[in-house]
Amino acid sequence: MDFSLTEEQRLLQESVQRFVQDSYSFEQRRAIMANPEGFSREVWSQFAEMGWLALPFDEADGGLGGGPVDTLVMLEALGEGLVVEPLVATVLLAGRALAQAGDDTQKAEWLAALMEGRLLAALAVYERRGRHAPDWVETRAARVGDSWRLDGSKSAVLHGACADLLLVSARTAGSPEEPKGISLFAIPADTPGVSRTPWQTIDGLQACELTLEAVKLPGEALVGEQDDGLWQVETVLDEAAAALCAEAVGAMSALTRITADYLRQRKQFGQPLAAFQVLQHRMADMSMETERARSLAILAALYARSEDTATRERAVSAAKFQAGRSGRFVGQQAVQLHGGIGISDELSVGHYFKRLTALDARLGSADWHLTRFAARPVAVAG
Amino acid sequence: MDLQFSAEERAFQRDVREFLESELTPELKRAVSLTPTVFVEKDIADEWHARLNRRGWLAPLWPKQYGGAEWTPVQQFIYESEAARAGAPTTIPMGVRMVGPVIIRFGSEAQKACYLPRILSGEDTWCQGYSEPGSGSDLASLKTRAEPEGEDYLVNGTKLWTTHAHYANWIFCLVRTSSEGRPQAGISFLLIDMNSPGISVTPIRSLSGDHEVNQVFFDNVRVPQANRIGDEGQGWTCAKFLLEHERGGVFSHRLMAMVQELRRLMIDTPDGEATLLEDARLRERLAALEVRVLSLEITEMRVLSKLRAGDPPGAESSMLKVEWSELQQALTELAMDIAGPYAQFFEPGRPLYALAGHTLGDERLARIPPDYLNTRAASIFAGTNEIQRNIIARLTLGA
Repeated sequence: MDFSLTEEQRLLQESVQRFVQDSYSFEQRRAIMANPEGFSREVWSQFAEMGWLALPFDEADGGLGGGPVDTLVMLEALGEGLVVEPLVATVLLAGRALAQAGDDTQKAEWLAALMEGRLLAALAVYERRGRHAPDWVETRAARVGDSWRLDGSKSAVLHGACADLLLVSARTAGSPEEPKGISLFAIPADTPGVSRTPWQTIDGLQACELTLEAVKLPGEALVGEQDDGLWQVETVLDEAAAALCAEAVGAMSALTRITADYLRQRKQFGQPLAAFQVLQHRMADMSMETERARSLAILAALYARSEDTATRERAVSAAKFQAGRSGRFVGQQAVQLHGGIGISDELSVGHYFKRLTALDARLGSADWHLTRFAARPVAVAG
Repeated sequence: MDLQFSAEERAFQRDVREFLESELTPELKRAVSLTPTVFVEKDIADEWHARLNRRGWLAPLWPKQYGGAEWTPVQQFIYESEAARAGAPTTIPMGVRMVGPVIIRFGSEAQKACYLPRILSGEDTWCQGYSEPGSGSDLASLKTRAEPEGEDYLVNGTKLWTTHAHYANWIFCLVRTSSEGRPQAGISFLLIDMNSPGISVTPIRSLSGDHEVNQVFFDNVRVPQANRIGDEGQGWTCAKFLLEHERGGVFSHRLMAMVQELRRLMIDTPDGEATLLEDARLRERLAALEVRVLSLEITEMRVLSKLRAGDPPGAESSMLKVEWSELQQALTELAMDIAGPYAQFFEPGRPLYALAGHTLGDERLARIPPDYLNTRAASIFAGTNEIQRNIIARLTLGA
C-alpha cells in the first residue's frame, strides 16, 4: 500500500500547479475565454511543449507512457485552474480512442499531430435518445463498395465544433441498443455532409450537436474492428471519466479552501462567520465530501485500465457517482456560505460551482453511474 | 375543519378564471415559462401590471381608499393559485407589495397622495436599498449615512444586490441618521429619487449571465427630509413591518406548477425506447417533492386562517421561507437531472423569450441551467435560511 507520488508525478504536479498559478489566474482565464474560439491556442501550444498532450500515450506511439494516475495528478491540478482548453476532448477522449483502436497508419496520420498540438479532435458517441449511454447508437454506417456512408446525429459532442477530426460511433449491424454492431469511424470535420451546431457549456467549454447526412468515407476510415467498437468506446470513456473525477476533486479542494478563507475574513454580528457553529459544521461536511470524492477518484485511477471490465466499471462508476454528488454539495454550499457575492459572476466561487455542475453532466451523470454500479454487485457469499 | 370555499369565494374564483382567460396572452405565458430570473423582465411585468391595474386587482392588500382591492387572505390565496396554474407573471413587488404598504402604514397623507397613485399607474418603478457590502445578514450594521443639511439630508454610502435599480426611478432606503444607542435605533426609512445628482448604478451579472441586481452608490446625494417615512429612527420598525409582508405570501401553487412542468418535460424527454417518465428514480424524486409541495399548500392555508383571525404569524413565516426556497431549489435541481447531458448547456442570449430558433430544438432546455444557478439565491435573499432557522430554533426552544 502506497499512496505517495513518484518523483516524476511530483514534478508533473508542480509544473501544472505552477502553470495554473502563473498563467491561469481568474483574470487571465477571463481573457482567455474572450477569444473567439473560447480558449487559447497559445495555451494549447504551451500544453504541447510541456508534454501534457502526450502524457497518456504509449512511448511506442510517441507518447510519454503515462497512466491514469499521472492523468489524475494533471487533471486535479488543472481542476483548480478551471481550464477551458480542449484537453479532455482531444487527448483523453479522441486521442485515447485513436491510440487504443487505431492501426499504425491511423496513429501515424493523426496521433503525432495531436500530441504536438496541431490537431484538435473530439469523440462523438452519445445520442439524444440514449442520454448518457454509449451503447444506444442509431447512427448508421453502410458499406458502399469500397467506402462507407454515414447517416445520423450525435449529441453533446465536447469540443466538437473546433475539432479537426471527429471520432464517431455508428451502427454497422443490429438495432439501437445492441452491444454488438457498433463501429468507430474517423471523420475529418470538413467532409461533405458533416454539419455542426455549436453551443457553449455553463463552465466555459464548447460543445456541439453533430449531424451526418450521406457522409462518404473511404474504407480506411474505420477505426478498430467492425461491429466490435463498443468495448473500445467504453474503455476510453471510463478512463476519461476517472480523469473528470480528479478534475472535480481539484475544483472541490479549491472551493473548500476559498470558502474557509472567506468565513475567516467576513464579519457579521461583530464576529467572523467562522465563529458560527452551523457554518463550521457545513465546512466540515464540505471537507468530508471532498475527501470522499478524492478517495474514489484514486480508486478509479488505479483501475481505469484494468483488464477486468467489471472491476474497472465498478471503480469508475463509484467515483463518478461520488464526484457528482459531492461536487453538487460542495458547489451549492460554497455559494450559500458566500451569500449574495457567491451568486455573482465576479468571484471564482460561482465558476467552480458551474464547473462541478457541468462535470456531473459529462461522461455519465451520478444517476447513470449509480445504476451501472448497482448492476455490477460483488457476489454475496453463501 | 374543511378545505371548501364559500359560495362567495367560489364566485370570486370564477371571476379570476375569466380574467386570466381574457388577459393572459400566450406571449405572456411563454415569457414566464422562459424566465430564469427571480422576476420577469420589465416589459412583461409592465404589461401584466397594466392589465391587473385596469381590473383593480394590482394591489390586493391595499385599502380601497388608496385604490387597493382589499382582498381577504382567502381571496389572495385563490388569485395566487389560479394565476400560478395559468402561468401568469408575478408582479414586481418593490412598489406594490413593499414600499406601498409601508407608506400606507407609516406615511403622511401628503406622501400617500404623492406616491401611491404613481405606483398603481406604473409611472414610478421602485427598488429596495437595504443590503450593503458589509451588512448582509447583520442588516442593522448598515453604514449609508443621511446627515441633515438645512431642509435636506446629504446621503453617502452604497447599497448592494439592488434588484432592478437599472429600471427604477425611485429607491427606498434604510439609512443611518444616528450612531447613538442600539444600531437599530439610528436607522431611518428614506425615499430617494434615482435621478438625483450623485447616484450611480453599477450592474452585477449573476453566474448565469443574467443582469437583475446592481450596486447603487450615493455620493453627496441631496434628499429632502420630507422624503423620510415616519420619524427619524423609525426605519427599523418600517423594515420589520415590510419584511413580514415579504415573508408572508403564497408560494405552493407556483411550486406545483413547476412540478407539472417537470412532469411534462419527463413525458417529452426520450430515454431509449421509453420516456423519462418511466425512470423510477426520477419519477419518485418528483413525487416526493410533490408531497412536500402539497404539505406546504395546507400549511399556507393554516397560516392564512391565522392571519384572518388577526393572529400574528409566529415561526411559520420563517418556516414557509425555508420550505419554499428549498423546494424551489430541489425542483430546479431535478430539472437539471432531467436535462441530463444538456444540464451543461448555456444559452447566452437574453431574454430567452425573445430568441428565435433554439440550438437544441426544445426552448425549455435553455432555461433549465440558468434557472438552477440563479435559484441558489433563494436560500440567501430575504433573510438567509441560516437566519430563518435561528428564528425557528429560538421560537421552538423558547430560548
